[in-house]
Amino acid sequence: MKHAATLTVNGMAYPVELEGDTTLVRAIRDDIGLTGTKEGCDDCECGACMVMIDGRPVNSCTYLALQAVGSDVTTVEGLADGETLSNLQSAFLDQGGVQCGFCTPGMLVSAHALLRENADPTEEEVRLALGGNLCRCTGYTKIASAVMQAAKASV
Amino acid sequence: MGDVAFHTATTVDEALALLGDGSDARVVAGGSDLIVQARHGKSLPGTVIAIHRVDALRTLTSSGDLVVGALTSHATLCADAGVRSNWTAIADASALVGSHATRNVGTLGGNVMNASPAMETGGPLIVLGASVTLRSAAGDREVAIEELWTGPGKTSANPGEICVAVTVPAQPAHTGSAYVRLEYRRAMEIAIVGASACVTLDDAGNVTAAKVALTALAPTIIRSPAAEAAIIGTDGNDEALAAVTAGASADAKPISDLRANEDYRRAMAGVIAKRAVAVAAQRARGEEFPIPATPVFMKGSGQ
Repeated sequence: MKHAATLTVNGMAYPVELEGDTTLVRAIRDDIGLTGTKEGCDDCECGACMVMIDGRPVNSCTYLALQAVGSDVTTVEGLADGETLSNLQSAFLDQGGVQCGFCTPGMLVSAHALLRENADPTEEEVRLALGGNLCRCTGYTKIASAVMQAAKASV
Repeated sequence: MGDVAFHTATTVDEALALLGDGSDARVVAGGSDLIVQARHGKSLPGTVIAIHRVDALRTLTSSGDLVVGALTSHATLCADAGVRSNWTAIADASALVGSHATRNVGTLGGNVMNASPAMETGGPLIVLGASVTLRSAAGDREVAIEELWTGPGKTSANPGEICVAVTVPAQPAHTGSAYVRLEYRRAMEIAIVGASACVTLDDAGNVTAAKVALTALAPTIIRSPAAEAAIIGTDGNDEALAAVTAGASADAKPISDLRANEDYRRAMAGVIAKRAVAVAAQRARGEEFPIPATPVFMKGSGQ
């Protein structure tokens, strides 16, 4: 049963027709065509699918797309200003916080949400805030350094 | 997944009308349990009713009794000053749920109705004497939390009922509570073993009342009468705490699975229960014992 709806993603309104059980990550990738958001475990564990709903980080693999109607969804594509990367994104490049890259969009969204709420976190707070994002490559050290660099750059 | 009708309700009455007798419909709040279960073979019903826009259920009153609207998130619960000071075990538990993302969408009502024997907030609700309010077309009824859970994933609620609130009574003076979890990692963890305790002291510092609950150690979260008997009437000395350890291990009915075997769980039941009782007693004496940190939401908006 298709349901006609409008999803607002990165400030743009997208008319979509969705099944009742379509998850938000599938709608973002398949219906809207923004593929920065990754489907990793698809089980609410790994955080690769992290988006913000009304400014709060949410695992989009376990959130029904139709529940996001009426909310503002922000994906990793919404963090840059056109071609200009955010401080946080630049810091990931500077610090080498990216290896295979699959966890990176989720890491960026969680870190972005942290820095919005807490512009000057300790490294311990950074690591706790990224607790829902798994990375199998980096060992997390460079990711934490990147978030700390971004925090210093914007404070 | 299949052909699923989807509705968004904005009032409880609307949700109840859509739910009908509940035979082929379910309500969804945050989705973090329902959608994961759908992926693991428990298919979604024919109709899903999203209740996340029912703002009347997103309430929290912590003066007098604690009354928590069913849609209150873990992020809000563990950041609330009243919950942290007067019903501290609930704050301990909500702070440990999943990750920041899980705590944003996960609700107390959803947690309670999902009836997992490993749920973090269940033990604290038992030791603090909570009840849930279930609403149907016939009206409201109040169910003691210990009578709600009948097995893993099973409740005594009727399919046409919606949980609208959880009520926790105000606690006597010199009362402290705690939830302690045995975990292999700090985030996105499910209790290997958990224990909750609520301890009330008299003016001399002797334990006049105590409740202890064990998490992930039986088909539902259970009380440990032996651990409770071991601490009541004592001043919480090491000998009494050792008896708590033995009592909780004896009362546990653990299983073996890939996360831990039965013997290990039984041994740790005692250790974790002892820690929970010791922390609850410490808090009852007015001494600080930190609630697990959740940095984003301590400084932020919660929901």
